[in-house]
Amino acid sequence: MTPDLECQSLTKRFGETLAVDEVSFDVARGSFFSILGPSGCGKTTIMRMIAGFLEPTSGDILIRGKSVLDTPPNKRPVNMVFQHLALFPMMNIADNIGYGLRRAGMGKADIARKVEEALDRIGLPGIGHRKVDELSGGQKQRVAIARCMVLEPDVLLLDEPLGALDLKLRERMKVELKSLQAAFDTTFVYITHDQSEALVMSDRIAVMNEGRFEQVGTGQDLYYRPSTAFVAGFVGDTNRWFGRIERVEGDMLEMRTESGMTLRGERHGRALSTGDRAEIFVRPEAIRIAHSAEELEHFDNRISGRVTSLLFNGADSRILVDAAGSDEVAVNLPQSGEFAGLARGAPVHIGWSGAQGNCFASPEA
Amino acid sequence: MRAQAKLGLVLLLTPLLLWLTLLIFIPHVDMLLVSLRERVSAGVYRTSLANYWAFLSEPLYLRTFMRTAVMSTLATVITLLIGFPVSYYIAKIARGRVQSALFLLCLVPFWVSELVRTFGWMILLRETGIISNLLQFLGLVEGPVEMLYNDAAIMVGLVYTSMLFMVVPLVTTLQTLPDEVVEAGYDLGGNSFSVLREIIIPHATPGIVSGCIVVFMLSLGNYLTPIMLGGKDSLWFTELIYSQFIVRFNWELGAAFGFMLLLLSSAIVWGMLKLTGQSLERTVG
Amino acid sequence: MIPTIPQPRLLTVAYTAYVAAFFLFLALPLAVVAVFAFNDSQFPSLPWEGFTWNWFFGSESPMIGVFHERSILRAIGTSAFVAVCVSVLSVAIGLSNAFLFNRYRFPGQGILYILMLLPLVVPGIVLGISILVFSSRVANGLWEIAQWDFEALRPGLVLVILGQFSFIATIATLVISARLQKFDRTLEDAALNLGANRLTAVRTVTLPYLMPAMIGAFVVAFLMSFENFNTTLMLVGSDAPLTIAMFDRLKEGSTPLLNAVSLLLMLGSSCLALLVIAFQRRN
Repeated sequence: MTPDLECQSLTKRFGETLAVDEVSFDVARGSFFSILGPSGCGKTTIMRMIAGFLEPTSGDILIRGKSVLDTPPNKRPVNMVFQHLALFPMMNIADNIGYGLRRAGMGKADIARKVEEALDRIGLPGIGHRKVDELSGGQKQRVAIARCMVLEPDVLLLDEPLGALDLKLRERMKVELKSLQAAFDTTFVYITHDQSEALVMSDRIAVMNEGRFEQVGTGQDLYYRPSTAFVAGFVGDTNRWFGRIERVEGDMLEMRTESGMTLRGERHGRALSTGDRAEIFVRPEAIRIAHSAEELEHFDNRISGRVTSLLFNGADSRILVDAAGSDEVAVNLPQSGEFAGLARGAPVHIGWSGAQGNCFASPEA
Repeated sequence: MRAQAKLGLVLLLTPLLLWLTLLIFIPHVDMLLVSLRERVSAGVYRTSLANYWAFLSEPLYLRTFMRTAVMSTLATVITLLIGFPVSYYIAKIARGRVQSALFLLCLVPFWVSELVRTFGWMILLRETGIISNLLQFLGLVEGPVEMLYNDAAIMVGLVYTSMLFMVVPLVTTLQTLPDEVVEAGYDLGGNSFSVLREIIIPHATPGIVSGCIVVFMLSLGNYLTPIMLGGKDSLWFTELIYSQFIVRFNWELGAAFGFMLLLLSSAIVWGMLKLTGQSLERTVG
Repeated sequence: MIPTIPQPRLLTVAYTAYVAAFFLFLALPLAVVAVFAFNDSQFPSLPWEGFTWNWFFGSESPMIGVFHERSILRAIGTSAFVAVCVSVLSVAIGLSNAFLFNRYRFPGQGILYILMLLPLVVPGIVLGISILVFSSRVANGLWEIAQWDFEALRPGLVLVILGQFSFIATIATLVISARLQKFDRTLEDAALNLGANRLTAVRTVTLPYLMPAMIGAFVVAFLMSFENFNTTLMLVGSDAPLTIAMFDRLKEGSTPLLNAVSLLLMLGSSCLALLVIAFQRRN
């Protein structure tokens, strides 16, 4: 089956700056694809090129196998949920949802029926006569999606639509968006800078940085098997050490950190050799805590230190450990409550296996 | 504290009330009373509708009145049609410095007196003027052409003089229309025409209404432009008021004319507000 | 329709040309007025007789320049005097009204606010005659009752000032209110909290905040008064402000002297406007 959306070597230049650099990807029919990246990475530029509001400098965009470069935005089979939703304040809800249908020349009775269906579908029946500003943030969100979905687009683009919502509502809308996508069975392309939005909702995620895709994969891929240092640092929380490689044995290696510790990590097939500058990433939940050094003997990385801070956050509580002059190490507390009594200044032992330390080459400082 | 607040209220309320009663309310009531007065003999008056009857029965008065209303309406429509694309360009197409420069350029002509602007048009349009000379130079006409002292000249002057009051409210309202909303209109399948009709114009309605109200009012009450560009026979209603008051010293009839002008302008303002569901506070304030 | 929507090239070009033509239309009358101030001729029209400064500095008939023309200089002085009086009064009442409508809630406020806006929708000439009619009645009444001839109520500068003030006050109120509405009331609370009393808080915190709006309102009032014609025409006595004096001359036939005055007016008001813009940028 041809993918719903395919970008080939998409490039966009604004004068001197390269906003999008040779990006290629495809999105399978009916899937939820996210582009995740910090602000200014070029993700909005990609989205606006797909929607037709920007012309690519080079490269091609195909929807269901057909190039749409020569199609103006009002004729493209894609629709967009804008960052601030862009509901038309001069129209009521029904007219907002029916707008595209009117443009397509559909009869009044059909439009009314379709609008009612769409309102039922998003769980807001009978609000058609209301004004836009009478709706709550979450309701507006759903109306904005329905307004696009009545047009049955091949691809729905969503430009950080949750950004303006408060935290609680955002959590709820994540789940809701995912189920709306399943209900409409349409291809969603979602851009965000919020990793949790991307991880929760997406089938596949592209992590973008400085105009390029760093990695494309499932949430698990990005989280457990990051393929670049940027992805390792950007997706999820992590501890990070810089240093120089002292020894390489197969996939395992040893690195001496800038503060003088020796850490063991894995290079996952990346070209790294003795003397290279490198960085090792270790997730806080991959590190074990113990009362005595002996309990951690089976780990090849072990540090003894003192607790400098306790960061209680329910199930996600962690401590910061001062590890012999190096940076502080963040360690998740086990949920068993075993270390709940830990106090600031208390001596602790921490350790992790070398396989948990993901090592990447680092540019010379 | 309560007493102090009350004192403050009274202190602030007094100047407002003095201004509104002494300079606005009572003078207008007085003008109405004078207009309802008929002079029987020297120093003896009686209340009657004679002045309004004179207004209605003299074709010249009524015709001038209607003509002023129609021409002002026309001037308003033309100003809107010319000003809207320019306002849209300034508000939505020009960006950054260009935008503020263009907006400022629009304001410049209105920092100088209407007299100067009208004078400029006289220099351009008269028989010995620039345009006449230019046309002769280009060989398009044989001798000098007089473009002053006709209705078209009045119209040009009115439109020119009113432009600012149309462009400023239009630019201000159009600027509040997010680009996103226009893009959404296209994204959902709209074309330029439908986006203009269903999104841009509805959004700009408050600006259009307030621009039109002000332009209409200014045209209706204009004296300088019709006199100078239209000449002696320009037949503008304000001229009648002026001549009754200052030349003929018939204040009773002049007051009646003034009241008719006020009535017409209020009726149109009120009608436009009602028609578009706007309120005076939102439109002018 | 906005730069991000692709449009046919021809349309974009035509649109830009239209906007350019519009600005030409705006500039044209002012440009010719300015240029003909330097024409060495008795008439502000073609043919061009050569460049001269005489319409500014000339002191001999028939080319008496602006700076030697007594009546024009006096008219400028009169206009400036009227404009200053109107601006001071308007800013004062504008400030008072802004506080009244922003800080107090009282019955009839909404109606009073609408009444306050009305002078803007009354034709200027009607404002003029209504004030003329009323003031004459009062003056006649005073004469009949007390044989007292109260000069100020006869057409003249006092009536001109009152007439202009009657609608410029609304504009000053709107300008100052707009800024007061954006004022963060908690700043005043903070001043109270730090030991100021109500009046001191307003004087030391709120008034400085309103200063740009007050200056803006002053300049706008000054310019509006300076160029006012309609209301002034009905109320003017023997001392004619500039617009009236120029109008009377123009009726008799124009000389480049009027162009020279106009050019000075343009320069004056542009400087004033630029000053305000510069001042508001700095804030």
